[in-house]
Amino acid sequence: MSAASQPLNPPVRVSRSQRNAIWTGAGALIVVLVLAYLPYIVYSGTTGILVQGLIVLTLASMWNLLAGYAGLVSVGQQAFVGLGAYFVLILALHGIEPIVALPVAAIGSGVVALPLWWLVSRLRSGYFAIATWVLAATIMLVIEKFSSIGGGTGMPLPGFAGLAPTLLSAYTYWAALAVTVVSLGGIYLLLRSRLGLVLTAIRDDETAARSSGARVGLARLLVFVVAGAGCGAGGAVLAISQLQVQPSAVFSVQWTAEMAFAAIIGGLGTIEGPIIGTVLYMVLQQTLASYNAWYLIILGLVAIAVALFARRGIWGLVDDKLGIRLFPVGYYLWPPGENPRGLLGVRRPVRG
Amino acid sequence: MVWVNDIIQGLLIGGLYALFACGLSLMFGVMKVVNLAHGDLAVVAGYIAIGVIFVTHVPVLWSFVIVVPVMAALGYVLQRTLIQGALDRGVLTTLIVTFGLSTVIENGLLQFFSANTRGIGSGLGLVTDSFSLGSQIQIGYLPVIIFAVAVAVLLGLQYFLSSSKYGRLIRAVADDSEAAQLSGADYRHVFGIAAALAFGTVALGGLAYGLSDQFDPTAGTDTILLFAFAAVVIGGLGSLWGTLLGGVVLGVAQAVGYQFFTDEVTGGYLVFLAVLVLRPQGLTSRRART
Repeated sequence: MSAASQPLNPPVRVSRSQRNAIWTGAGALIVVLVLAYLPYIVYSGTTGILVQGLIVLTLASMWNLLAGYAGLVSVGQQAFVGLGAYFVLILALHGIEPIVALPVAAIGSGVVALPLWWLVSRLRSGYFAIATWVLAATIMLVIEKFSSIGGGTGMPLPGFAGLAPTLLSAYTYWAALAVTVVSLGGIYLLLRSRLGLVLTAIRDDETAARSSGARVGLARLLVFVVAGAGCGAGGAVLAISQLQVQPSAVFSVQWTAEMAFAAIIGGLGTIEGPIIGTVLYMVLQQTLASYNAWYLIILGLVAIAVALFARRGIWGLVDDKLGIRLFPVGYYLWPPGENPRGLLGVRRPVRG
Repeated sequence: MVWVNDIIQGLLIGGLYALFACGLSLMFGVMKVVNLAHGDLAVVAGYIAIGVIFVTHVPVLWSFVIVVPVMAALGYVLQRTLIQGALDRGVLTTLIVTFGLSTVIENGLLQFFSANTRGIGSGLGLVTDSFSLGSQIQIGYLPVIIFAVAVAVLLGLQYFLSSSKYGRLIRAVADDSEAAQLSGADYRHVFGIAAALAFGTVALGGLAYGLSDQFDPTAGTDTILLFAFAAVVIGGLGSLWGTLLGGVVLGVAQAVGYQFFTDEVTGGYLVFLAVLVLRPQGLTSRRART
């Protein structure tokens, strides 16, 4: 080591988070364990509602990855929800248990995303958005042509005969929880990886990311495939929880509306945002359950307002005020002499 | 003979699709806005027409004289408020805001008008009458009129944009809004005027659809937006004549596809996908993809 490479000043320290992240990790573990234990203590009606919430959370997290990080506004993610549901149905018709079919459905949806990406990546931004929508409509039309899987009316999901209803709802809930935990964990690890750095760069400034040599196209392809697999898993859970696969229901654009609004309101470009957004979505949906589509109207209006006036969503406001990150995926630069393990109230570090 | 009939009917319905598409194309061409609420706004025009006819008892076609200016005014206001606000914050925000608008309009219409299908011109002679060509081909007057209106609208827009003084201003603002602003043009106002024009054609599209078919609140996205988009992509982005060609190709593909798929949508989308794969810049566009 020559003297030239020695820094003159004490080195700037880099840490993943502002505070010790072990506590949030432990907290997340406790939350997951408590959630996993729920079927033993609450009625199946409650877990049924939670399954719905977990599906939306999975989908919203995937949409956040697309729009919040990769800058891809897809309004055709219902294509993958539907594909996931139909993969489970087709496998179940061939005698494979739906719970076993679930991971296969997720991988299958991810594989299908590859050729679909090849088609839609020819168009940019707004036209990309509608192209994904046309693809979703086309896939539904093609699936409706096969009467062996129910044609246009759909069919019930076989494979659960003889299972007690309470046991079935508990299995469904655990499957939904597992999908959500794997999805969120996967997104967290993805964003901490090299690819995550590229994605964060695209999120902040696409042109700058390109000119710094980031492989934007490849990163987008990977995100589209991951989001396809994630939404496929969500669709598979949907099929298992509904015990019925109906094309117009699983391929409804309402899925994309719900996942997008939850992600936007909670805050795009953060992992925490979709979680907050989903909680808000569930509260609204449950309160307004007897007023048909009003919850969607209100969610849409709130999403428009958030997009215009609070671009980083609810979590963005929390982050600005308190500087909290539950999922540390960025980097913090600490000027020499400052303590990375500081408490609330220390001078804010330069955010990376 | 079945084929000839299909092609003629598809060709005529292509005029309706071109009418759907030209507002979408204009908004993108001038403001670089892809309006995801495009189709829902066309359906709103249909419901306004029903309301106007119900309240004032004017003849069906007279209601259009009211609906088109109302929609144009709505276009100006929306552009100056919501859409401009979104544009200032970036493409992502424009998409989120127009998608939000689409969901709000569609579900709002479902709440207030239910999912029942409605038509504007039921019982009107113009809608049901037809003339025959040879022994097997029946051609309705309405599709012919709609096709003529679509061609007239496209011709008018083309002339207005290329030859009139205001059209030149719109093109200048579309090319470089900031440079136009420096030369004394208020680009926000010009955007508003362009949006008013686009919404006028959106209203015409919605009304033509309401005359020729039954619609419900979901028709805005399932039919109008997606067909408009397919027509734009097939014809070539940003070309008004391409839009007409795209509409006609889509219409013929749907009509001919009906013989194979027993529904009138799949064939059209397959042609759309084929164009996307083989000629992503569209049939008419010479430039590289935009």
